[in-house]
Amino acid sequence: MTDEAVAIPPSEERKPDLPPPLSVAGPIAWLRENLFASPFDIVLTLVSVLLIYFVVPPLLDWLIFSATWTYPTEVVLGDRAAKFQDCAPGGACWIFVRARIGQFIFGFYPEAERWRVVLSFAIGAIGIYGLLGGPDRFKKYAGYLFFIAFPIISVWLLRGGLGLTPVTTDQWGGFMLTLVIALVGIVLSLPIGIILALGRRSKLPVIQLLCVVFIEVVRGVPLITVMFMANILLPIFLPADMDINVLLRVLVGTTAFVSAYMAEAVRGGLQAIPKGQFEGAMALGLSYWQMMRLIVLPQALRISIPSIVNTFIGFFKDTTLVSMVGLYDFLNMVRAGFKDANWVGVELSGYAFCAIVYWVCCFSMSRYSMFLERKLHTGHKKR
Amino acid sequence: MATQSAAQAKTGVEMQVGTDVMIELSSVNKWYGQFHVLKDINLTVYKGERIVVCGPSGSGKSTMIRCINRLEEHQRGKIAVEGVELTHDLKNIEQVRREVGMVFQHFNLFPHLTVLENLTLAPIWVRKMPKKEAEEVAMHYLQRVKIPEQAAKYPGQLSGGQQQRVAIARSLCMNPKVMLFDEPTSALDPEMIKEVLEVMIELARSGMTMLCVTHEMGFARTVANRVIFMDRGEIIEQNTPEEFFLHPKSDRTKLFLSQILHH
Repeated sequence: MTDEAVAIPPSEERKPDLPPPLSVAGPIAWLRENLFASPFDIVLTLVSVLLIYFVVPPLLDWLIFSATWTYPTEVVLGDRAAKFQDCAPGGACWIFVRARIGQFIFGFYPEAERWRVVLSFAIGAIGIYGLLGGPDRFKKYAGYLFFIAFPIISVWLLRGGLGLTPVTTDQWGGFMLTLVIALVGIVLSLPIGIILALGRRSKLPVIQLLCVVFIEVVRGVPLITVMFMANILLPIFLPADMDINVLLRVLVGTTAFVSAYMAEAVRGGLQAIPKGQFEGAMALGLSYWQMMRLIVLPQALRISIPSIVNTFIGFFKDTTLVSMVGLYDFLNMVRAGFKDANWVGVELSGYAFCAIVYWVCCFSMSRYSMFLERKLHTGHKKR
Repeated sequence: MATQSAAQAKTGVEMQVGTDVMIELSSVNKWYGQFHVLKDINLTVYKGERIVVCGPSGSGKSTMIRCINRLEEHQRGKIAVEGVELTHDLKNIEQVRREVGMVFQHFNLFPHLTVLENLTLAPIWVRKMPKKEAEEVAMHYLQRVKIPEQAAKYPGQLSGGQQQRVAIARSLCMNPKVMLFDEPTSALDPEMIKEVLEVMIELARSGMTMLCVTHEMGFARTVANRVIFMDRGEIIEQNTPEEFFLHPKSDRTKLFLSQILHH
């Protein structure tokens, strides 16, 4: 302390700062700033409140409070099967889902063999967890598990043979079939899409032309058409004695379709990589593939995450189109339930259930992509 | 003539210029469409030489040194590095790039890798060096450019001067025989130029063969044993720094020097 002029006299003890007035901070200020700042804001706020008031309570009521969750006593006692009339009129009929959940998940897969599906997807889930969320040191093993062991084991488990009862693919259905189509499409389309994207930027004219033609043809055609083409055209091109089943044809068609979209998503990322990155890598003596694998693609894919995930989400919902060629995916399986005489009138609840399931899947993909973007962010970018 | 000027060079740095030819450019020509960027360039760089290339922008100086590691392709003439000629043969190109280090104006560090990973990448993948050894080499060069404490950071977290020093260290990790510098200080804030130049001067003193495109005339005076002036795709004049700055021969050189020295 010196005797020079200071703002606070040294003798007087400094008192704690007063809290800011309520008009500047606190809940009232927040309301004023965010909800009632201008007449227009006031109108918007009121309209929103009214909308929420008229939509949310009835929706929650229908979905949860007035919904029928439990079977009536006769059904529990086993006197008769459940039916639509058991449900209260003003709410969702969740006992429909309860009665048929086995079919929704496994399709026509024999009940005694369903453990194989569960086991196979459990292995896949462990692999995915290890790859996406687990500790880094397990990533390598998770990769082997998911990309090498999982496909082989799943094919064996799901189709049978080698000691297991064979289950033909026309018995596959429900959510399991949706997952099979989505996983195959998603897992294969990324590498194929990367190759196509690199090919499209290649300096070799033949490769470039092939990739451009493939991408533009497949992308310019609706998915249903691709599926019909795969279903009808593929057998024409293949030897007559080679009988490929419908599922495999559909898988080929859908994978080709997503790959074309994926190629464009990846190409967008590739174009965002500055020329200096290529030059820096080349000047160090890296070969083309080393440069792509170690320098360019890691950055390009990071940039493309939003559009890659966007493609995946779109594709996940598009898997429902396989019903057009007679496959019973999740949505089609639920719809099949509507035809049951016991359940006439249950459509709304059935579709609501489908919507919730698809939404949960897509929303988790979206959240994961946001997490990944944050994780891969390494400080602000310079060239 | 080149031999003479190389041999006569007397600079602040001890003479280490040998008689082994490191880089040879003979009648190199290059066009961008109709534009003739390089016109009949002849240049011999001897082992241990430190050459500064200067000239107005668009004179082809960057293009010339970028041709030496084939970031640009020349259309006529011959370029050879240590006797390996640059042709369409990918093997030759990769061999030359392994032995020639390059430092860019905008650093071109890999933003998704840490500083240490930036440095070890090429030794591990190109030289097939074990990871541990590569990391030791990397730390050695990080110490030489005086930023070992930044090893675990990402390039985006460093200042421009630090990034450029990392870039120099990254090239050195490949143990190159020649270093090319393409305006290494032009993208830096003034207060950071010095730290990069100090590293370059230290490198020159260690006997590295260097070819620098730069406007840092102080650097040219301190370490260069030859200054080359280019204009409109031609080498107009080359000489020792003293002769070049005190007695420039051509009018174009005089004009250029008056522009950059008196502003």
